[in-house]
Amino acid sequence: MIGAHDLSWSYGSAQVLSAVSLSAPHGRVLGLIGPNGSGKTTLLRLLHGVLASPTGTVTVDGDRLAALPAREAARRVAVVVQESGGESALTVAETVLLGRSPHLSTFQRTGAVDHEIAAGALARVGASHLAGRSFAGLSGGERQRVLIARALAQEATHLLLDEPTNHLDIRYQHEVLGIVAGLAHDLHRTVVVVLHDLNLAARYCDDVVLLGGGRIAASGPVEEVLVPEVLEPVYGIGIERVRAGGQLHLLFHPHIRIQEDSRA
Amino acid sequence: MTTGTATRPDAAAVLDLGAVRRRTSAWLLGLVAGLLATVVAGVGIGAFSVPAGTIAQVVAHHVVGWPGERSWSAPVDAIVWQVRLPRVLLGALVGAGLAICGVALQAMVRNVLADPYLLGVNSGASSGAAAAILFGLGAGVVEHTLQVTAFLGALAASLLVLLVARSAGRVTSVRLLLAGVAVGYALYALTSFLIFASGSAEGARSVMFWLLGSLGLARWDLPLAVVAVVVVGATGALTLWGRRLDALSIGDETAHTLGVHPERFRLQLLVLVALCVGVVVSAAGSIGFVGLVVPHLARRAVGGAHVRVVAVAALMGAILLVWADVLARTLFAPQEIPIGIITSLVGAPFLLVLIRRLHATAA
Repeated sequence: MIGAHDLSWSYGSAQVLSAVSLSAPHGRVLGLIGPNGSGKTTLLRLLHGVLASPTGTVTVDGDRLAALPAREAARRVAVVVQESGGESALTVAETVLLGRSPHLSTFQRTGAVDHEIAAGALARVGASHLAGRSFAGLSGGERQRVLIARALAQEATHLLLDEPTNHLDIRYQHEVLGIVAGLAHDLHRTVVVVLHDLNLAARYCDDVVLLGGGRIAASGPVEEVLVPEVLEPVYGIGIERVRAGGQLHLLFHPHIRIQEDSRA
Repeated sequence: MTTGTATRPDAAAVLDLGAVRRRTSAWLLGLVAGLLATVVAGVGIGAFSVPAGTIAQVVAHHVVGWPGERSWSAPVDAIVWQVRLPRVLLGALVGAGLAICGVALQAMVRNVLADPYLLGVNSGASSGAAAAILFGLGAGVVEHTLQVTAFLGALAASLLVLLVARSAGRVTSVRLLLAGVAVGYALYALTSFLIFASGSAEGARSVMFWLLGSLGLARWDLPLAVVAVVVVGATGALTLWGRRLDALSIGDETAHTLGVHPERFRLQLLVLVALCVGVVVSAAGSIGFVGLVVPHLARRAVGGAHVRVVAVAALMGAILLVWADVLARTLFAPQEIPIGIITSLVGAPFLLVLIRRLHATAA
């Protein structure tokens, strides 16, 4: 369970986030959604501690994240960031094995257990056949799956992902998010995922936090937040909600411009 | 039928780790043998050549006292034991030290063109050496004046680079690069000014010779011992830090998510590299290109994992520099040319090939 209380961040004089609080429980997928520049990625960075909020706190299972030693924090929270390491000279297998480093001391080498976990993680994202390839030689989609495998190899109880469906074709978007949702629902992990695509959020998230202008515009279960009345003022376009095959879908009508004030 | 464990595919096989391990073992074995052969050749080759058997006997005589009776002349003994062996060992250590520092810095700033002199260490050492050679700074105060002043200069330069890089807050790769370049230029100007102000042509020539690198100062003395301890220690430390270097070379954020504190680790690396390069430069002058080129060769040989790259680069650097010194001693014998000229002559074409490759992959 990840808890955030009163987080804020500014780049220079530009306030990116202010007074953000949220809670991501075990066994559920929390989606961070919002328009470009609304602070989704910054919030994710604050949640895994690479940025330290000047105000408020982040807790992981009740412990303050900032107070945990770096390796202990990495054993609890695994992250798939957007920084891909495209110049990396490592092979895919070595990249995934790096996920074991929080579990190994300086003097330990990776052993049979680590190899098994890494192989399992690769299999889970359907990338076993890439193991011997050079990471730099992979396509964007293959890289993304390998990076998710690395995060899985960390065996952390919390998984944070920054737009994991970037560069993926439709099939892999669903496969990857299916894997991620499975970790929450089957293995009872905490999953927080930044998503652009509201329909993917509707399908795979249990709860969402909608960011707008650096603040939380709305948060709660998907059914309650992904409604036109809430989304339209934030995104500024017409949005229609339909249900097909038992699944929530959003349709977008860009020609209908919504003034933020008209709804507020 | 097979048992349960046998039917389960071996994870190491799934991960395809065998091939790279075999290749690394083969390289390490070959390089160790190559280094031994290089040391023997380095001691044997020269104006007066000494056969390998005699070298072995001289070394055995001095190290373990066997054979007790000398069957070789005193001059041969002096050439092998007093002159060439310390020189070859210093060359091997300097080459290894420059190579591993290049590996560390290229990982740290994520730039394949980074080299050990990035931190301005060599410019600082040069200023120190120039002050000692031209104005007798430190003379009579300590033994090994030249090495000590050069080392202090190197240390001061890297401290300055660190302070400049840190002055605006976090030490990032770009800030470090810029600070290194700025401090390097400033100290280069200082060295030039010292040469200019001394007005001594002979002094200027000695400084120039030292700037281009030479192993001519090698003796069985304290500086050699210090270089040995520092280079071997740094190689060990960087090997143990292999995974952390892997993580840092991908990116700061990735390193953080894998439990490596990027800034703290970068600072530890900087201190290690500054110490290692400082010691190496003060013993042998600033020898270019080894620290830039060898990491690339090592990565081509055994891939990108730093736990392997460090060891392989150390051995390659050692071999390369001993041979460069052999050329420096013999090409224009009896005149000795600065070793930096040889390494640059070999290194520059390599760099051009590298640039071509970079363009090819970018296209």
